[in-house]
Amino acid sequence: MKLKQLESMLGDVSQFAKPKIDLEQYPTGPHIASRMVYMAENSFGDISGKVVADFGCGCGTLGIAAALLEASYVVGVDIDYQALEMAQTNMEELEVEMELVLDNIQDLSWRGPVVDTVIMNPPFGTRRKGADMEFLSAALKHVQRGALRDLKAKTAEVLCELRYDLPASYKFHKKREVDIAVDLWRFTI
Amino acid sequence: MRLLTHNMLSCNIKGVTKGFPLSIEVQKLDTKETDFNPDFLRNIIPKLEWKAFHDAAVSVGLNDIPEQVDPVMLEYTEFLQKFHHALLEVHLEEGALICPETGRRFPVTKGVPNMLLLEDEV
Repeated sequence: MKLKQLESMLGDVSQFAKPKIDLEQYPTGPHIASRMVYMAENSFGDISGKVVADFGCGCGTLGIAAALLEASYVVGVDIDYQALEMAQTNMEELEVEMELVLDNIQDLSWRGPVVDTVIMNPPFGTRRKGADMEFLSAALKHVQRGALRDLKAKTAEVLCELRYDLPASYKFHKKREVDIAVDLWRFTI
Repeated sequence: MRLLTHNMLSCNIKGVTKGFPLSIEVQKLDTKETDFNPDFLRNIIPKLEWKAFHDAAVSVGLNDIPEQVDPVMLEYTEFLQKFHHALLEVHLEEGALICPETGRRFPVTKGVPNMLLLEDEV
């Protein structure tokens, strides 16, 4: 599948109707989502045929993108049941399969090295300091058994800078849309 | 929730040491066909807790999964198809997952297990 095609399909993914600011719910738009997952697959082979988890999946955009790029099994985890209901609707709309689990990323305790790849657009920690690091630490812990040490990644690199095209989502957003420069990171263990 | 997910989940209540495997209480099952991919199945076997998978299969009414897996079985399409069906096609839609140590019930609603903990369990 071509990048353009993936981006266009992700355009059909519905986003939060009433986003919750305490959870830092921001939509992961088709532009950024398609580029993230496409690069994970095309440059690193991290998606196709793999078990992929989407941490803080919200409405399921990244997980759905992984399923469209032929991940063998996708698990989306979120703390918000309403977001998961939206993810369910989106999966049906795009005719992909994805497992959904209602859980707090902080409390996640999965057994063993089943997951090959974790993809995520984690909270940036703007509402609750350190939320971003909790997600990262959970992701590293759950891709391989025994990696329980704090952030013991073998490699960590910024792959590229992406444009996070963020539409006004909350009352305190004064502009109709802003572009935020964000980095796409890849960690391996 | 499919059985591969079940094979990953464990009870995460603070202090629980034997939170795996969760036993399955079935209220409603569903079956959805998915593409058969023998390579994926062969790769996933070493990552599974086979006993837990076997017991889970029994609790969703599938009695044709052997108690132990032998590498030689991987050559048989018939085995792989049964394995594929149990692992990837059977969905627990309604029911619960129960912690083997504490008996805590984690409900499964519309296919989604609710693993959220209460305040005093964290």
